[in-house]
Amino acid sequence: MSGPALGTKPAAAAAGQLSRRQLLGAVGAAGVAAVLPPAVRRVRAAEDLDTAGGSKPRHRWVFVFDLRRCDGCGDCIGGCQKMHFLPESQEWIKVYEYTDATGGDYFMPVLCQLCDNAPCVHVCPVKATYHTDDGLVVIDQDICIGCRMCMAACPYGVRTFNWEAPPNVPEFLHSSTPEYRIPQVKGTVGKCDACVHELREGGLPGCIKACSMDAIYVGDLVEDAATNGRETVVLSQFLRDNDAFRLKEEAGTETRVYYIAGHGQDLDY
Amino acid sequence: MGWRARPGPRERASTNAPAAQGSLRSLATAALAPALQPGRWSRVLIFLLAVPVLAGIAAYGYQVANGLEVTGLNDDVFWGLYTVNLVTLIGLSYGGALVSAILRLTDANWRGPIVRIAEGTALVTLAVGALFPIIHLGRPDRMWEMFTRPQFDSPLLWDMVAILTYLLATLLLFGLPLLPDCADASQRSDVSGWRRRLYSWAAADWQDLPEQRRILRRSMTILAIVIIPVAIMVHTVLSYAFSLTSRPGWHSTIFGPYFVVAAIYSGVAVVILAAVAYRRAYRLQRWITDEAIRRLGYILVTLGVAYGYFMFTEITTEGYVGEEAADALLYVMMLDRYAPLFWTFVALGLAIPTLLVAFRRTRTTTGITVAAGLVVVSMWLKRFLLIVPPLTQPLFGDAIGGYSPSWVEWTITLGSVAAIPLLLILLFRVFPVLAVHEMQEIEADADARSGQPIVVTSVGGSP
Repeated sequence: MSGPALGTKPAAAAAGQLSRRQLLGAVGAAGVAAVLPPAVRRVRAAEDLDTAGGSKPRHRWVFVFDLRRCDGCGDCIGGCQKMHFLPESQEWIKVYEYTDATGGDYFMPVLCQLCDNAPCVHVCPVKATYHTDDGLVVIDQDICIGCRMCMAACPYGVRTFNWEAPPNVPEFLHSSTPEYRIPQVKGTVGKCDACVHELREGGLPGCIKACSMDAIYVGDLVEDAATNGRETVVLSQFLRDNDAFRLKEEAGTETRVYYIAGHGQDLDY
Repeated sequence: MGWRARPGPRERASTNAPAAQGSLRSLATAALAPALQPGRWSRVLIFLLAVPVLAGIAAYGYQVANGLEVTGLNDDVFWGLYTVNLVTLIGLSYGGALVSAILRLTDANWRGPIVRIAEGTALVTLAVGALFPIIHLGRPDRMWEMFTRPQFDSPLLWDMVAILTYLLATLLLFGLPLLPDCADASQRSDVSGWRRRLYSWAAADWQDLPEQRRILRRSMTILAIVIIPVAIMVHTVLSYAFSLTSRPGWHSTIFGPYFVVAAIYSGVAVVILAAVAYRRAYRLQRWITDEAIRRLGYILVTLGVAYGYFMFTEITTEGYVGEEAADALLYVMMLDRYAPLFWTFVALGLAIPTLLVAFRRTRTTTGITVAAGLVVVSMWLKRFLLIVPPLTQPLFGDAIGGYSPSWVEWTITLGSVAAIPLLLILLFRVFPVLAVHEMQEIEADADARSGQPIVVTSVGGSP
């Protein structure tokens, strides 16, 4: 299977690219406008909301995976499942093993890639999945109809379905916001929520807390800082110095999860 | 004309009013045979078909109570039999609409005895197929949100819009030509009770006025024109649920036309099956002639060849370049896990039906019926191949996904398969199985064109 595509510069802008909405808008204007002007107006109105969203976001969350440190132990998976009371079968962060061209092994942890141009958001027929103010893609499980179109659209396969009822969670731990839904709602789609409920309180995501290799950083583009819980780095410089890349640049998703290539070397900063 | 009581040329030349009326009356009687003299076996068949249908309904109840965990679906293969059934059944309905619409527009005279059955088939398969988008939902209790908070970027939303539009168009296509037939039926001496009331109600205010006939004709022409793009849209948008994703095997420009041709191909096949079944059961050979079946067979084989060509194009463009994901998918489909299904489809769904129609010796009603049966079943297989194998291919890593449908999925699937003949039988136990009025009009037009004296009793005016 195809491995992760090595992108060019992490911050490569999408200048000159055609966005999905522009495409739909153009096709719509050409073909549908004559028949369905109200629908086209709705699409345009939605676009205005998206792009000209007014005030600057307070945060733009980012994850960085330092693959030089990742040894594929999978502790992050357990930490995430504990944080979100997920059944064992449901992994919001997955760890894939790869063999590179020289025969060396490396590991590729994949969680929600926080796409700025998220295919899942576009295909949801009922707007159950959407961007929050700080750019996270969240799912409102009180709205999701469970059609699984978003699972088809996600190029990273990070979305999971709540086939079974979630494990029992004591009442006082319940949370019903789209950002942090405990327990999960059966018959709806779930995925990594970036533990934004922790981030907003100054805490760390479950996967980072559980990572004994300090390989996962969470950061904020607005503040230009990132931390793995042990050390804090200047985000932009950290990405630049280490030639960070993003997954499947060709998908045009403008993700905000960065990877630093490597294969489990023992690094000492 | 075919459905006239086998008139020789000489007989036709001397057509006179009583003879014409005689043939017309027997046509109307024959059209109502499944309704008025259904026969004992009809009841038996209804009972036999009702069993799997009820089992399917019960299985769906079980699924609603327990959630989608009772299916074999999983996070890799999250769309399965329900999606396959959805695409297949809605595809089947297109054949009916197409036969009716295109043959009307091209003024094909032989369409007469076929259109009613074609429209009925379209209606029934669509009604059953349109249930599957709901059956496959994780939270069917929330499906109303499609109306209350629609997102117009989503291909699924447009699927719903398209299917509902198409359902309306198909209802009209079936219902409008029924007006004069129901008016006639309500006047019959052997019709009484609820049936008479139903026919008079369904006839609206049809008095066979020239103005009414003109409006009906125009409406049917407009409807026939409209339903072709509508049906093309339905199947294109349906394909967009797959091709507007970035998945290898789905993300393909050919998917729209591919789905459209697949739909017509399987749809014409199911029209052939229905026509042959009614012809046999109610001895309608005089109207549904071998000739009509043969022509449908030609349409079938043309579409089959077109579909084979599309498939060849798809596979060649995907496979030649050697792109890793596409190669892996083609490998499991053609040489590995799904190879038995794939080559079964190629043999039973493309090669054998084509050969059966191609050779004069097998180009009989029986041969064409066998071909049509093979096509209907194989096209279900093909939809399975189109939907499931791409989902088993990993987006990262090398873990191949798997899917084995559960008994719940199979029971619901079998129920939906049985529901189609069941609903068709019930439909034609009520409404005439032949489009009597339209057949009379075609005949009158033909007579007018051939310069013969027009004998108009209850038949429409000039073309």
